[in-house]
Amino acid sequence: MSKKIYERPILRKVVEGIPNKFGSLKRLRPVETIDNVAINDIIDEYGSPVFIISEKTIRETYKTAYCAFSTRYPKVQFAWSYKTNYLDAVCRIFHQEGSWAEVVSGFEYEKALDNNVSGSKIIFNGPDKSDADLTRAINNKSLIHIDHFDELYTIIEILPKLKERPQVAIRVNMDTGIIPQWDRFGFNYENGEAWNAINRILTDGGIDLIGLHIHIGTYITMSKAYSIAIEKLAALANKTFDRFQKSISYIDVGGGFASQNTLQGAYMPATDTTPSFDDYAHAITTAMTSVNFPNNETPTLILETGRALIDEAGWLAGSVLANKRLADGRRAMVIDSGINLLFTAFWYDYEIFPVQETSFQSEPTTIYGPLCMNIDVVRNNIDFPLLNKGDRFVIKRVGAYTMTQWMQFITYRPNVVLIDLNGKVHVIRKEENKEVFRIQELVPKHLQNK
Amino acid sequence: MSKLNSLAISDNGFIFKPSTGESFTTNELGLFIIQFLKENKSGEEIINAIMQDFDVDNVTAGRDMYEFLDFLKKENMID
Ligand SMILES: Cc1ncc(COP(=O)(O)O)c(C=O)c1O
Repeated sequence: MSKKIYERPILRKVVEGIPNKFGSLKRLRPVETIDNVAINDIIDEYGSPVFIISEKTIRETYKTAYCAFSTRYPKVQFAWSYKTNYLDAVCRIFHQEGSWAEVVSGFEYEKALDNNVSGSKIIFNGPDKSDADLTRAINNKSLIHIDHFDELYTIIEILPKLKERPQVAIRVNMDTGIIPQWDRFGFNYENGEAWNAINRILTDGGIDLIGLHIHIGTYITMSKAYSIAIEKLAALANKTFDRFQKSISYIDVGGGFASQNTLQGAYMPATDTTPSFDDYAHAITTAMTSVNFPNNETPTLILETGRALIDEAGWLAGSVLANKRLADGRRAMVIDSGINLLFTAFWYDYEIFPVQETSFQSEPTTIYGPLCMNIDVVRNNIDFPLLNKGDRFVIKRVGAYTMTQWMQFITYRPNVVLIDLNGKVHVIRKEENKEVFRIQELVPKHLQNK
Repeated sequence: MSKLNSLAISDNGFIFKPSTGESFTTNELGLFIIQFLKENKSGEEIINAIMQDFDVDNVTAGRDMYEFLDFLKKENMID
């Protein structure tokens, strides 16, 4: 006779009159497969924890986003924001779909080149570009988005040594109603700094100003902010044309679309509140077509969407290490994936599911990661079924900023696998081991004795 | 185990405590243990019964059962 599945005995008081804040007892359905591949099989083969990326979801999400914009505006170009997830396999999927690359460091720039992106399809953003970075990028005809005057003067200084005319845009910051206002990047619109930068660039004569760039923040749920930004950029473009008879060939609205992950403290789940790609596209393209650009020209619309294109495609599967009771009687569950892998757990309430069938019983639970640190909390308070040691879970929507911001702290970083369109599983980043770290370290001779 | 006998316990795990008017829910194993407690079975006997019916090892079954007994004590359902 086969035995019944074991689940710890529980006793829970029913508090009448006060509805459970999680609503009625609803059973959390397990997530057993991703793209029809059993999560248990993936863990058996590639270890626990393991990041799992769905190629299908990436491509579908990209197509949805692209269609939302391209059906409303004639010239649309996405540039994949490398920092959001720069695993080569992931970048190459976006490039195959037609995305350019958006990079913010020499390291990311090299990655884009290695992923066979041609120089003229790399946008180089950010405050950190060395002279050598700039020289290489300009000679490759990449688009340089100037962040500050020191960068502009560096370009002017190295001009005589360059083989190509610099193709530049300026990053503009402005008040769009979004708080906090990201004014530490680029040139301010309201105080005239952006206009000064344009003047400085165009009076030089050796530099081509071809675009205007903004990135107004991240997780922007107010699509109107983009319309405000576009109106201000259009005003700059017109002023530039009036003064210099030069028109701008693209407007880059940066990233910032929210994903479906719920921010901590939000009253409603993000799946109910996050604007869709269609909502953002409507606001942005309506603004692009209703403002008048100089000469009635239609500048290309560039988007550097990160989070919203990749969050959904990433999963983190792992195992329960232990269950405990906290001093006040609350239930705590320790899992093998903490903030070392999910830096983003500081601001998201991630959705987490059991991988196998559980009963409908659940309990308010705090979910901790494996690190020896108090702040290693994956979920502060979640109504969660009673998993046992060794049971498996999967965390949803972890594709953005995890596999780039993860830390090698206390333990190794795990395998990352990609499920391709045929359901075949590929390792796209190998789990680390002690050799990876030994290679980086040097022991001075006087410490080498055995 | 007179205290347990004063509770109204339904088959689906709903427990009503007339002395205070409080209600509780428990799960299958909770009901299982309460049944044995009512029959005045010892801890050892209950653990063995759990292991016979459920896919679990001795240590886990014991640890969880004693934790459950603590809950019952806290709610003044057993002594
Ligand atoms: C310049 C720039 N572009 C694009 C992005 C991607 O933003 P998001 O992931 O919010 O879409 C960022 C992120 O910080 C950024 O700084």
